[in-house]
Amino acid sequence: MIEARGLTKRYGRTTAVNALTFSVQPGKVTGFLGPNGAGKSTTMRMILGLDHPSAGDVRIGGRRYADLKEPLREVGALLEAKWVHPNRSARSHLRWMAASNRIPAKRVDEVLEIVGLTGVAGRRAGGYSLGMAQRLGIAVALLGDPGVLLFDEPVNGLDPEGILWIRQFMHRLAHEGRTVFVSSHLLSEMALTAQELIVIGRGRLIAQTSTKSFIESASDSSVRVRGPELARLYGVLTGQGLAVQEAPATEDSPAALIVRGTSTEQVGELAGTVGLVLHELTESRGSLEQAFIQMTGGDVEYQAGGHTAAGPAPGVPGGPGGPGGPSAAFPPPGAVPPPGSGTGPVPPGPVTPGASGGPAGAPAPPAPQPGAEARRAGKP
Amino acid sequence: MTLLTVERIKLFSTRSPWWCMIIAVALTVGLTAIFSAATTSDDLDSLTPATTQFAYNFGLVVMMVMAALAVTTEYRFGTIRSTFLAVPGRTPALLAKTVVVAGLAGIVGEITAIASWALAKVIQPDAPLALDTSQEYRNVFGVGLIYLLAAVFAIGLALLIRHTAGAVVIMLVYLFLAESLLPVIPRIGDHIQDWLPFIVGNNFIVAGQSEVSDGPPVIEGLPFGPWGSLVYFAVVCLVLLAAGLVAAKRRDA
Ligand SMILES: Nc1ncnc2c1ncn2[C@@H]1O[C@H](COP(=O)(O)OP(=O)(O)O)[C@@H](O)[C@H]1O
Ligand SMILES: [Mg+2]
Repeated sequence: MIEARGLTKRYGRTTAVNALTFSVQPGKVTGFLGPNGAGKSTTMRMILGLDHPSAGDVRIGGRRYADLKEPLREVGALLEAKWVHPNRSARSHLRWMAASNRIPAKRVDEVLEIVGLTGVAGRRAGGYSLGMAQRLGIAVALLGDPGVLLFDEPVNGLDPEGILWIRQFMHRLAHEGRTVFVSSHLLSEMALTAQELIVIGRGRLIAQTSTKSFIESASDSSVRVRGPELARLYGVLTGQGLAVQEAPATEDSPAALIVRGTSTEQVGELAGTVGLVLHELTESRGSLEQAFIQMTGGDVEYQAGGHTAAGPAPGVPGGPGGPGGPSAAFPPPGAVPPPGSGTGPVPPGPVTPGASGGPAGAPAPPAPQPGAEARRAGKP
Repeated sequence: MTLLTVERIKLFSTRSPWWCMIIAVALTVGLTAIFSAATTSDDLDSLTPATTQFAYNFGLVVMMVMAALAVTTEYRFGTIRSTFLAVPGRTPALLAKTVVVAGLAGIVGEITAIASWALAKVIQPDAPLALDTSQEYRNVFGVGLIYLLAAVFAIGLALLIRHTAGAVVIMLVYLFLAESLLPVIPRIGDHIQDWLPFIVGNNFIVAGQSEVSDGPPVIEGLPFGPWGSLVYFAVVCLVLLAAGLVAAKRRDA
């Protein structure tokens, strides 16, 4: 169990971690999600007592890391696989780590066996491939058979086989009742690995929620519907309490309606019962990654002081500011993807209105989560 | 005790300490052997125990580099973080490292000194190389203590600087330029010299020895006798180590 309260870290004028409050529970894999530079590694270093927080604190099972007597027996960490002397063998490295916490030497051979490095344990670590180095890092983390495990971007640079191995491994550790906290900048990876998510952007907490509800909210779908009698259609749909927006005609598509929180079946049946003719009925689902960029990127813009400069270049295909395809019909206020993100498919609309924009000086509002388990960022 | 074991494993599981030890011993003892062999029978009287230690500074510098490297390579490769993860108090781990590394430097210094003296005796059996007076004992056996303390100095400096190049350059500039140029300053130079740690430390080895000998340089008029000089040198080294320990504890790893 890891608990951070108001955790803050400043490096000179950059605030790498900003008043983070979260908790990580045992028995499941908790993902720590945020784009590069969001402050994940800094947070992990503070949990482990390597960096001193500028404010707030973080405890593991109620105690600070620095107060643990033989910390490797309680907390295992893989922060960077490269933290090994290149001319030292894996076995020597593990041997001195074990000796420092009075872990029996035979445990060294056990963990080498677990990660599958027994055959190369005598070779100098500098010659290891990234995958082998990563396995050695995991061996170090497992050395003291700890109840709490931290992994910082463990799958970075690994081949698919290695990724699968690590993912299954973390599931097993959580299944054994351990606390597993793993960071990543890839939502698609976290979707497969973590049951619970702590999402940060620019050092701030965006959400702590279950992965399931986060993904449901992030991949919010919408239905595009078009017919000769748009005004009547609008009335029928809003009459059912649906959120409907108008998409004005553009060069390559005629005017249509965008309906949120519904399905093509529902819209089609509603139109059918009142005898309306439809010319188009399509569902569009935003990509997870794009939605994630919007959520966390919104925070970046907010931090950078307003989003005017952060809008996509005019004319970016599909960009909300551009002439745009159908999906760009309703640019949500403030939900502008950062520059360079306009090349991929754009989600149908604001995934989390309020996660971005906002007047400068006000605290960044947390993303509202539809799921019942969603917890809000903010004051403890 | 376990932390001493840890630092011993760390030190000896890489190759550079071995190289440093071999170079330190070979350089110092080799130079003394050449010196002894080149001494003619006319000059035999000047081949005293003090003379056999004329090259001790070579090995000393090499062992100081080894001590600094023991710290800076940990920062370079990030193993210092592994160390602090294992021992979050930090200071006990760094003290254990100091004991192991400085202890090793002391042993190497002692081996170097005794081997230099013994080899000179083998090469020139008729030279006056017997160890009789306490000054002659200090000449030879005192060298190890200076190695040990100099290694503590290097570790303290390395903990403050953290980069190999920076720490080694500052150390060499200090040893070879500062300590030899500062005393040259008119009027105040002599007073500064009285407090330069390596000049004072050297005084522990050479105090009382005749100024004209071929051994390590003798500087007259230093404020302390041999043992006072040793204490002063030790205090300087320990203060630097303490500063390094405080910095390591305060700073982010
Ligand atoms: N030692 C440091 N000195 C100065 N800035 C740092 C330091 N470590 C991290 N930062 C800055 O803090 C921010 C967060 O970095 P980091 O924690 O590495 O993010 P992440 O791991 O999420 O990619 C970045 O802007 C980074 O440049
Ligand atoms: Mg990182």
